Amino acid sequence: MKTLLAVYRAQFKTSFLMYLQYRTSSVLWLLGMVLEPVIYLVVWSTIARANGGAVDGYGVGDFAAYFLVLSLVNHLTDNWVYYEFQERVRQGLLSALLLRPIHPIHADIAQNLTYKCIMLVVMLPTVGALALVFHPAAHVMLFTLLLFFPSLLLAIAIRFLVEWSLGLTVFWTTQMSAVLQAYYVALFFLSGQMGPLTLFPVPVQLLAQLLPFQWMLAFPVQLLLGQLDQHAIVLGLVAQAMWLCLSLALMTVLWHRGLRRYSGMGA
Amino acid sequence: MQLNILRELAYRGNFFTQIFQSLLSLGFGLLGLAVIFDHTSMLDEWQPAELLALLGTYQLVGGVINLVIQPCMQQLMREVHQGTMDFTLLKPADTQFLVSIRQVQIWKLCDIALGLAVVGVALAHLGATVGVWQVLMFIFALAAGGSIVYSFWLMLATCSFWVVRVENILVIFQDLYQAGRWPVSIYPSWLRWTLTFLVPVTVATTIPAQALIGQLAWPALLGIAFFALLALLLSRWFWLFGLRHYTGASA
Repeated sequence: MKTLLAVYRAQFKTSFLMYLQYRTSSVLWLLGMVLEPVIYLVVWSTIARANGGAVDGYGVGDFAAYFLVLSLVNHLTDNWVYYEFQERVRQGLLSALLLRPIHPIHADIAQNLTYKCIMLVVMLPTVGALALVFHPAAHVMLFTLLLFFPSLLLAIAIRFLVEWSLGLTVFWTTQMSAVLQAYYVALFFLSGQMGPLTLFPVPVQLLAQLLPFQWMLAFPVQLLLGQLDQHAIVLGLVAQAMWLCLSLALMTVLWHRGLRRYSGMGA
Repeated sequence: MQLNILRELAYRGNFFTQIFQSLLSLGFGLLGLAVIFDHTSMLDEWQPAELLALLGTYQLVGGVINLVIQPCMQQLMREVHQGTMDFTLLKPADTQFLVSIRQVQIWKLCDIALGLAVVGVALAHLGATVGVWQVLMFIFALAAGGSIVYSFWLMLATCSFWVVRVENILVIFQDLYQAGRWPVSIYPSWLRWTLTFLVPVTVATTIPAQALIGQLAWPALLGIAFFALLALLLSRWFWLFGLRHYTGASA
């Protein structure tokens, strides 16, 4: 445990220095992350205005609050390790990572957390500025605020494990870009990135309940904004806990199977 | 260029991947429209069929950008970065022409074909309201929009003669291009301004689609054509100016 902490400290330091080197690129990535919620915020607000101020109970201000919090939660849960996995396997970098005495996921976790913390410095003012433009309406209560943080942590963990597992599929396929695009489409519609899931047809809502996507993103957002009743909150937290176990199991199984395949390829 | 196409043709497997990806990206757009029109019958004066035409245009223009403009310009920047640009300069043809056509991602033709199909379906829905004249205007607007996008990329790529890392600015273009999926009139003025004058997204997507559905008056079209010509000339001038200042990595 003590060594693990020391490893994390070292990783935090190196990633921190690395991101300071690449600050322009990091800020540019961030702009892309904020732009998408803004696009759909505008689309839904346009519809709400045309329908006399609201769509299924969501007013213009509610949409603004939803998408602004969503962009923050999306930033905090986001992860790009599946892009790196392609390069790791193609260029043989993975062999070097495997030589290290600890699981490579720890380095990724540390790097990811560092990026998120550094980028909050840019992200918070950006979202703040957008809040001035779009006038969000939200009534955050103390108890939802208290529940929001654990559910956010769960969301971060689930998304990290699911996307790390996704990266592991590189052991089985060479057409990663197609896999990733399919994942992205599913994530976009089923996690609530396009809009609150209650606005979707009922079959889509049911599908979203069964899949991990909305527990990685929409659930903490709606929890914070007080858009869920007690029943939905309990259900959501249970689903999150379940998906945490499932994704952890998935990651472990894929990692062991994949490694066996990888060494089978002659590396 | 021929060599290039032959090289790509050697990887047939990529063709199926690309079809899959093009269909996914189209499905993405269609699902989005379906969800939106579940709640409304018009989006800012755009009917479903008209937005479908816009989606087709978006896919079509995106295909053209990914087919030739983006790969060529990325290669150009890579060469400047690595210093192999010197060899290209030695070739006995016009360098701008050479760097603009030599890298083709042939399978992106799928996006173009699908985009055209979607525009076709949209036209069938719009039926009687679209005449030959509007189709001509559409093609003309597409050409103008494409020229402006090309000039924009060429100028950015030329910047790489001085500043090494411009690829990052191009990431922004891809993000902003996403916004072209929807009519720019819905965006708040600061975003609309950015998409029109800072980064050419409007001219490539909304304006051609407007030409097709007959919402674009011909003076506006002439204005766009003039703007396109200006952009082409300006980028040509900037390119030559850049070449004169290019000293190479070795020289």
